Amino acid sequence: MSRFRSIRILWLREIKTHIRDRPRVISSIVRSLLWLLIFGSGLGAARFVGLNINYQTFLFPGVIAMSLLFTSMHSGISVIWDREFGFLKEILVSPTKRSSILLGKVFGGSTIAVFEGIIILLFSFVIGVNLTVYSAIVSIVIMVLISISLVSIGLIVASVIESFEGFNTIMSFIIMPMFFLSGAVFPLDRIPQWMAPLVYINPLSYGVDALRTVILGISYFSFSLDIILIILFSLATMSLGVRAFKARM
Amino acid sequence: MSNIETFNLTKKFNGITAVDNLNIKVEEEEIFGLLGPNGAGKTTTLSMLCTIVKPTSGKALVNGFDIIKKAEDVRKSIGIVFQDPSLDNRLTARENLQTHAALYDVPEDIAEDKIDELLNLVELNERANDLVKTFSGGMKRRLEIARGLIHMPKVLFLDEPTLGLDPQTREHIWNYIEKVCDEEKITVIITTHYMDEAERLCNRIGIIDHGKIVAIGKPREMIDQIGNEIVTLRIDDISKADKFRSLDFVKNIMVSSVVNLVVENGSESIPKIFEFANKNDIKILSLETHNPTLNDVFLHYVGGDIREEKSSGKDTMKLRLKLRDRI
Repeated sequence: MSRFRSIRILWLREIKTHIRDRPRVISSIVRSLLWLLIFGSGLGAARFVGLNINYQTFLFPGVIAMSLLFTSMHSGISVIWDREFGFLKEILVSPTKRSSILLGKVFGGSTIAVFEGIIILLFSFVIGVNLTVYSAIVSIVIMVLISISLVSIGLIVASVIESFEGFNTIMSFIIMPMFFLSGAVFPLDRIPQWMAPLVYINPLSYGVDALRTVILGISYFSFSLDIILIILFSLATMSLGVRAFKARM
Repeated sequence: MSNIETFNLTKKFNGITAVDNLNIKVEEEEIFGLLGPNGAGKTTTLSMLCTIVKPTSGKALVNGFDIIKKAEDVRKSIGIVFQDPSLDNRLTARENLQTHAALYDVPEDIAEDKIDELLNLVELNERANDLVKTFSGGMKRRLEIARGLIHMPKVLFLDEPTLGLDPQTREHIWNYIEKVCDEEKITVIITTHYMDEAERLCNRIGIIDHGKIVAIGKPREMIDQIGNEIVTLRIDDISKADKFRSLDFVKNIMVSSVVNLVVENGSESIPKIFEFANKNDIKILSLETHNPTLNDVFLHYVGGDIREEKSSGKDTMKLRLKLRDRI
């Protein structure tokens, strides 16, 4: 009971403080829309060999994944803020368990990321993707699973790295390769052979594939493989996160 | 019953002994002051008692709970106000307190009453729903004191509670601390290097230096022990200060940038001091007498040398960000 309560209050706090930071909310949504609208229609003018649909449509699930990736990973920075401004001490000296602190932050960051993902999802109507209620709901569930694992990665990094500069540097080293090697921006059928293993070990590839399967009906891996790997990856990163919090704080 | 008792409590950081076999005992409902120069081990002692830092050896009981074996029980039974601010600036005053109540699992209906009561006590009830980032330093301190009391602890730790605050605000904070101690029936442990603060608030003080308690007692009695009167001299060459020891009416001598001579009777000793100075070729630049204060007690025990305060790059950045008021 007390465990649930502290997770809940920390979750609420993440959401409240995020919503009050308007520029951050707006800028991350705008970033995704720029990709979708400008990159998508610009590159869409060229045609991919073997791609039977409009490029912008193809890109759409990838942009959702990108939005999740950036927002989730960066939510780890809240730990660095808390540390810098002393609030982390207040949490750490309370009788609250380290695992509750981590879970509160995971769910908080994940809620924010999924909320932004849903806003992007609403743009399906603008770019002419037909979304059913069923596919919308399944997409949201997938989004939750993906964001939980990505937020956990961000939190693990934040528990080890103590400075803003350090955090941002490490994050771009993780985010950029994950993004480009996930199949978010190009189809995986014709990638060069050296790239394939990198794509296969990238957990985000399966997330992108799952979203694309649900939203567009196009898949590269099998859907059940996608889901199993996403779930396993979320569980693994969350438990690693708990361990990192216990060891480092 | 004593609220706090330490048994040879020791903490070493990379071979440096920050706290050295500390033995103190703090009784119920007293305000106990831990005084010492920068780096004396005050904050480390407090951190160990709050279970944030694990001792290297020795042990301590807080409210009867062992700080190592029963850390969670200790945490539930104490309130802490840190030296550095630890509020969430992006939450309102009330939200900060509600968060605290949830983290300490105070039942919600009790928490709401307690929050209102404490906001009244520190006179922040009218600002309860304002974001903390709009608060002044003194208001934040008051809010932190209120926050430390929501879960009804038996002991409240205050680490340098008035550091960096202006004189009026300090006076206010002292009033709140006294009020809180009185109304909530709690024990308060304060660390400070302000003598006026210790003299004003504390029933008992312990002077700590190089991680050891060098003196402990009631401020008034400690002052009386020093002697009746102090003659403060500025002389041309401070290295000659020790010569004054040979005077038989000088009961004690404390040397910093000035020479403090503890004497029985100030006005009678002044001519003798001049005579002695002349004979020993010491030039007296100025002279005054005063009754001893806690400041003299402090200088008597820890000496007058200036301690280097260490500052890391991170602290500087923190300060810069704070000045910019990013959140």
